[in-house]
Amino acid sequence: MKIVVLVKQVPDSGAERRLREADHILDRESADNLINEMDDYAIEEALRLQEAHGGEVTVLTMGPQRAAESIRKALSMGPDAAVHVLDDALAGSCAVATSAVLAAALRKLSPDLVLCGAESTDGRVQAMPHMLAERLGTAALTGARKLTVDGSTLTVERQTDEGYELVTAQTPAVVSVWDTINEPRYPSFKGIMAAKKKPVSTLSLADLGIDPGEVGTAGATSAVLSHQQRPPRSAGQKVVDEGEGGRQLVEFLASEKFV
Amino acid sequence: MAEILVVVEHAGGLVKKVTLELLTLARELGEPSAVVLGAPGTAAALTGRLGEYGAAKVYVAESDELDRFLVAPKATVLAGLVRQVDPAAVLLGATQEGKEIAGRLAVKLDNGLLADISGLAADGTATQVVFAGATVVTSRVTRGRPLATLRPNSITPVPAPAPVAPELAELAVTLAEPDRLATVVERVAEQRGARPELSEASVVVSGGRGVGSTESFALVEELADLLGGAVGASRAATDSGFYPHQFQVGQTGKTVSPQLYVALGISGAIQHRAGMQTSKVIVAVNKDAEAPIFELADFGVVGDLFTVVPQAAEEIRKRR
Repeated sequence: MKIVVLVKQVPDSGAERRLREADHILDRESADNLINEMDDYAIEEALRLQEAHGGEVTVLTMGPQRAAESIRKALSMGPDAAVHVLDDALAGSCAVATSAVLAAALRKLSPDLVLCGAESTDGRVQAMPHMLAERLGTAALTGARKLTVDGSTLTVERQTDEGYELVTAQTPAVVSVWDTINEPRYPSFKGIMAAKKKPVSTLSLADLGIDPGEVGTAGATSAVLSHQQRPPRSAGQKVVDEGEGGRQLVEFLASEKFV
Repeated sequence: MAEILVVVEHAGGLVKKVTLELLTLARELGEPSAVVLGAPGTAAALTGRLGEYGAAKVYVAESDELDRFLVAPKATVLAGLVRQVDPAAVLLGATQEGKEIAGRLAVKLDNGLLADISGLAADGTATQVVFAGATVVTSRVTRGRPLATLRPNSITPVPAPAPVAPELAELAVTLAEPDRLATVVERVAEQRGARPELSEASVVVSGGRGVGSTESFALVEELADLLGGAVGASRAATDSGFYPHQFQVGQTGKTVSPQLYVALGISGAIQHRAGMQTSKVIVAVNKDAEAPIFELADFGVVGDLFTVVPQAAEEIRKRR
């Protein structure tokens, strides 16, 4: 089975994140950039499927030069190779354009299965798997907390607000996973060393046959007009429980008409 | 007046709250038309409610195939409708399905997508709260019409000044083969009891690592029930198996925006704050006086939740 895992480099969600003052584009320079956390689970799932069914696992990333660090990190977990879609014209791409670029790269790679995280921690749009499926004409099984593969039949438990749905499709397909699906491995020392030698190929927009005017800030289908830091919430009243804490809490809730 | 399409979310014959928020918003922007997509017989139970909130028209697409296959058929029907009626805007809830349908629509129509907005002005400018609630962004589509998903609980739903008897318009469900690729074999409901849905609830009571065990979550549930709220959990609590993952609030779970958020035994790491920072009123109970949750709590109790919460519960009962 040929698996491609989508890996996105994002600013550390545990630290302060900003947009650039001039153009409202994500400030990647000042941030700690990491693999989108949910993608670790997609990589792990791909490796488990490879262990069970054979085949190859390729990492696909679209991002600036520095995303190469995240690609090596992803490879150190165990995938065989990576493809980096790299082109200066991509900066500031909207989700619609990003999906066109990734879909073009996926057509070149023609995997049986595309695995990705259910959402990125920066954009949180949660639409990419369906955007890709729409472009590729394949199935999208999204929000999986469990994935089983039986030949060319995929079955997922899709987590919903009410519980879960059992959804099935044939390969080729796009599957997005939640962090409940597995426990990602840590890269071993051997894995880290091996990752340095694994093939990483680069694709430009020209390689993908995409007009630079259709992507990046120039081709974006939406634009940020302004951004500002939200005033931080100010701490309110804090009491130390000396036997009346519960009642004091209810007193406050009553003053706010919640009780 | 400009027609605004609102894609209706429904469950068990009821219109979801986020749809009522969308209709309230749509009335500010133009004339709302609701779109009901579902199995045959879905719309009948919903139109009255949609009319109360000002839907002048209800488009009805009913087919078993809308239910049997995941998302794609709904996007196809909607794209057809958008091409046909050329609405001024298309609004969906920023729910799992709403986000997914919107993504497909954006590609089908080559239209910009405004994701997880908290407001939309008549000139098409959307407001979004991003980066764990730290940054407010305004944005607009530069191609197509405003196609937006609204974060639940962003707007107070208000019925229309006078209820409308909506005009019904049936939509043909004409699908293509790629719409039938992901089959829903079974839908399994897991226990939530009678509590409101997490992302829609006006009150959310969440437990964290400090709750300590699955059994102790009964305390969180008790307070939630007394306040008529939903139960949430921090990642530490769901990762420890204290509570099911679908109730997780935070960066890797749900984003909630209730009137009241009660954090019990939650330290308030930035990942958690990402999911609840836009709550109107926040209260917290935590043993650790230095816990970051107190930095955003309107009212905080430094103390043991195992004594504070039962006392609070008793006090609420007394006041009834």
